[in-house]
Amino acid sequence: MSPNLVIALTAALAACACALVGVFLVLRRMALMADAISHAILPGLVAGYWLARGPNVVAGFFGASAAGLLTVWLTESLTRSRRVKEDTAIGLVFPALFALGVLLVSRFFSNVHLDTDAVLFGEIAFAPLETWRLGGRDVGPTALWSLGALTTLNAAFLTLFYKELKLSTFDPGLAAALGFAPAAIHYALMGMVAVTTVGGFTAVGAILVIALIIVPPVTASLLTERLPTLIALSVAVGVAGSLIGFQLASAWDVSIGGMIVSTLGVVFGVALLLAPRKGLVAQSLRHARLRRQFAREALVVHLATHEGTALEDSECRPAHLQEELLWTADMASRTVAEAQAAGLVQPVDREGHLHLTDRGREVAEDVAKR
Amino acid sequence: MNVLRDLFLDYTLRNIALGAAVLGLVSGVLGSFAVLRRQGLMGDALSHAALPGICLAYLLTGSKAPLVLMLGAAAAGWLGMVLILRIVRHTRIDPNSALGIVLTVFFGFGVVLLTVLQKRNDAGQAGLDKFLFGQAAAMTQEQVATMAVLGGAALLVVALLYKEFKLLAFDPEFARSLALPTRSLDLLLTSLLVVAVVIGLNTVGVVLMSAMLVAPGAAARQWTDSLSKMLALAGAFGAASGIAGAVLSVTAERIPTGPVIILCVTLIVIVSLLFGSARGLVWEWLRQARHRREMRAAMAAEGGTTP
Repeated sequence: MSPNLVIALTAALAACACALVGVFLVLRRMALMADAISHAILPGLVAGYWLARGPNVVAGFFGASAAGLLTVWLTESLTRSRRVKEDTAIGLVFPALFALGVLLVSRFFSNVHLDTDAVLFGEIAFAPLETWRLGGRDVGPTALWSLGALTTLNAAFLTLFYKELKLSTFDPGLAAALGFAPAAIHYALMGMVAVTTVGGFTAVGAILVIALIIVPPVTASLLTERLPTLIALSVAVGVAGSLIGFQLASAWDVSIGGMIVSTLGVVFGVALLLAPRKGLVAQSLRHARLRRQFAREALVVHLATHEGTALEDSECRPAHLQEELLWTADMASRTVAEAQAAGLVQPVDREGHLHLTDRGREVAEDVAKR
Repeated sequence: MNVLRDLFLDYTLRNIALGAAVLGLVSGVLGSFAVLRRQGLMGDALSHAALPGICLAYLLTGSKAPLVLMLGAAAAGWLGMVLILRIVRHTRIDPNSALGIVLTVFFGFGVVLLTVLQKRNDAGQAGLDKFLFGQAAAMTQEQVATMAVLGGAALLVVALLYKEFKLLAFDPEFARSLALPTRSLDLLLTSLLVVAVVIGLNTVGVVLMSAMLVAPGAAARQWTDSLSKMLALAGAFGAASGIAGAVLSVTAERIPTGPVIILCVTLIVIVSLLFGSARGLVWEWLRQARHRREMRAAMAAEGGTTP
């Protein structure tokens, strides 16, 4: 396999593994737990290495995963004691564990190669270099194996516990009442996040893992409300962002992980602006339309109130609308024109006196009934 | 007592201790508001978001002066903060996700810029990332002075707008009904967090900054229900752990300052959570045990069986 293919595959697999757990993390409004866990695993990694008397991958993996779960448990216990809010609890726990890790590394392991910066940076570009030897035979890059296993594991977890995850995410109360043990599901999910973070950061770097967990699901959530579509879209966004980002990084010769994250950022920005219903553009168009509709209704109600009264002559001129409804001249003439086009009002003389049409009277009655 | 003498006489230790104390004081006070306003993770996002600003500042000016890098960090952090507030206000994306997106995307872009700088192959860029990971040991008098001026200005703003910020933190609806410009106040108070983050980046580093903001306030909250006392206590806790961390880190070899500061302030949090006079957990446990005893005694007196 060519190095480029290995990197592309690694990135795509990482995107799959991360998006699968990320969807539920984001839906539970705990996106930053991924960031917290990714830092807090440092002391666990150190403890694992210490127990194995060297940088042993398996020991490190278990130590780090345990530290990840410890982070979740500490955060939960702190929050449940009601002495601090959840965000504060997270903000207290992971820096403390990270600080402990850094201290342990610099005090006892300065001879072992365990760079604390690597916890944040990591480098996917090295993915093709490290290969896994099984029984003396080279069976391919380690990153591909570990991320492939992670993706399979996460997909299996999701398939097996889909119903439980869905229910405990959207309605924990009901889940508990039905005997689904939402707490157990919660810890299982957090365990998967921890394992994914640990497995991912050695292969592609922590910042890329966190981005792949958070950004694709949030982007997808702007585009759909259905859970299966959300999961599929998250995976698609993650994989597409990874492949495009990798291509751009190769073209410009910059950090691959950084470029993938930046690409995901651009994709999110585009979705944020242009998403069909929840996008900012669609939203402001909708607001403008509602504002104009409201203005038309205000106009017909105003005309209906004064219809047939003594004041009709003075009240129903466009110029008067500006004083009565506090409209600018522009707003008044625009609303009158729109109401006229919609067949709600019609001018009756050269001075622009307005009368309601039958349709306009109906609308005014409808509004009055609301 | 050598360490105590050095604290006043040794140039390096004095700078580290002073810088850490300034940071602890400022972030303790400003972070208290973040704790109360459920923005506890804002510091984490803002400190990561500062990276591209630091790179761009160096790319544009070619200077590594602390003030230049701090301004770059502040600009990027501020932009990230505005984006977070906007996303939360205008979409249904939850705050946690908004923070996560800004954190990762800004930081990722910063990593790209770092590699661009590395490729230009000038030696000057080396150490830019150190700015982000804290290098308290290399703190200069100039840096301490910059930190003190920036932090002092932020504290002055808090003092001037104390009543408004208090209202905003506890009852934003009421503040709005009084026709206070709540949006601008919200923006200003959160912007002050950016100041604290920028001051802290260079001392404790990007990862530990969030604890520096949250921990003193969370500890202080356990001792009092009054905001003014909480702010004073949080400032004191922050400054004390700053100085303690600086002193401890020079007493032995190979002990990095930033992590020790964070561990000191975490210790204060643990003690406060257990023994805080306002809401200490130990007092609650004792109260519960007493109630249980009284309940048993009462039931025994009535002739019932003890449960």
